[in-house]
Amino acid sequence: MADEITFLGEAREIVGGALCLFGGLLAITGSVGVLRFPDVYTRLHAASVTDTAAMTLTIVGMALLSPDLLVVFKLAAIWLFLFLTGPTASHALANAALTAGQEPMRTRKDAAEEPGPEAK
Amino acid sequence: MTSVLDTVLAIDLLNIMLLTVLFMTAIAVARMNSLFAIVMLSGVFSLTSATWFVALDAVDVAFTEASVGAGISTALFLGAMLLTARSAKPVRREAQLLPLLVVVATGAVLIYASLDLPQFGDPASPANTYVGVSYLERTVDEIGIPNVVTAVLASYRGFDTLGEVGVVYSAGLAVVLLLGIGERSLGANPHKLDESGQSEGDHHVVLRVVSKPLLPIVVLFGLYVQFHGDFGPGGGFQAGVILAVSVILHALIFGLGAAMRAVSPGFARGLAGFGFLLYAGIGVWALAMGGDFLDYDALFNEPPGGHLGQHWGIILIELGVLFAVAGSMVAIFYAFAGRVSEIRDEDW
Repeated sequence: MADEITFLGEAREIVGGALCLFGGLLAITGSVGVLRFPDVYTRLHAASVTDTAAMTLTIVGMALLSPDLLVVFKLAAIWLFLFLTGPTASHALANAALTAGQEPMRTRKDAAEEPGPEAK
Repeated sequence: MTSVLDTVLAIDLLNIMLLTVLFMTAIAVARMNSLFAIVMLSGVFSLTSATWFVALDAVDVAFTEASVGAGISTALFLGAMLLTARSAKPVRREAQLLPLLVVVATGAVLIYASLDLPQFGDPASPANTYVGVSYLERTVDEIGIPNVVTAVLASYRGFDTLGEVGVVYSAGLAVVLLLGIGERSLGANPHKLDESGQSEGDHHVVLRVVSKPLLPIVVLFGLYVQFHGDFGPGGGFQAGVILAVSVILHALIFGLGAAMRAVSPGFARGLAGFGFLLYAGIGVWALAMGGDFLDYDALFNEPPGGHLGQHWGIILIELGVLFAVAGSMVAIFYAFAGRVSEIRDEDW
């Protein structure tokens, strides 16, 4: 019984640390994407990876590492708040960019399928 | 032993990293002309310094910096920016020479002075010897609350805090007097604002649906920060700013008219004045009971050792801080936002 508990404790630490590390890795990927992607919308896509996936993984990792249930509850509240506001902020940014007249970049295939002005 | 050293090294690395981010942000702000980017970067600067304050174990200061510096200052700067140009005028290179010299000289003097500062956490430093230690020792007996920062802010140094609330209130008063009252201000008759944001703005539907259930939670969190201030980080200043931010969020998403109908500009101004009066009134109450100004022990004429007066005094003056800060911030926002016809999509 005692062995199982220590095993669970150690497994918890390893899994939690790995999740935090993976979340940090995703956050770095998101930052690289923001710097390297060509237009507003693709950059926004990269940034929202940090907002949702990296944030969720890090918080679940921290919840596994946390010493008591109160901390877990606070982390859950933070997660819920960020999970609601992050995508909403991304949506608002994309919406504002579209309203301000930023054209999404198109591939050649898209442009070919789109009926040109002369077809209408 | 190695683990202690590892922790110290990790904290040092964290400090160096955060200070580097602060330094880079400051340089970027100094080199930019776009006011919008500068406002955003100053928010980043505040949030980074808040993180750094947490690393230094100053959670109350960090909380204030995050809510005031990164939160409401950014919103108020954006509101002020709507009334002026979007970018700063570029300055000629020759004209930048003298300011650069002044800044470098001041920086050199400050760095030279910082060599004489005590080490971080030095037990012999002035902060850790005279009055600081005595506050730490006396708070449990004299005030009876766990958060020493709140005890110092609200009770031992209650007079200083009254002055700070006065500063916040006079800032709000000055902005309202300059911008908020008069024929060009919409605060005079909010029902004249058009309601287009409610009916046809269907591309805001996601924002409305998400923010509507969040607003009461933000207000609830503000009240938690207010009434938990005796036990943990928080208090009237942070709670007031959080409540004001909830009104500003409402104005940004549902339109200024809707926010002004929910919390009228007159109510906000009155709340600010009432908060300041409430704070000062507690001091007068203590005077009337025969004590010194803001001496909460005198409030109920308790025998020595009772904490009732301290508890009520701190709760009431924190309420005064809450009212004054929330009212002033909302009044300032209304004064800025009410000058333009409405907050248009392209402005945000």
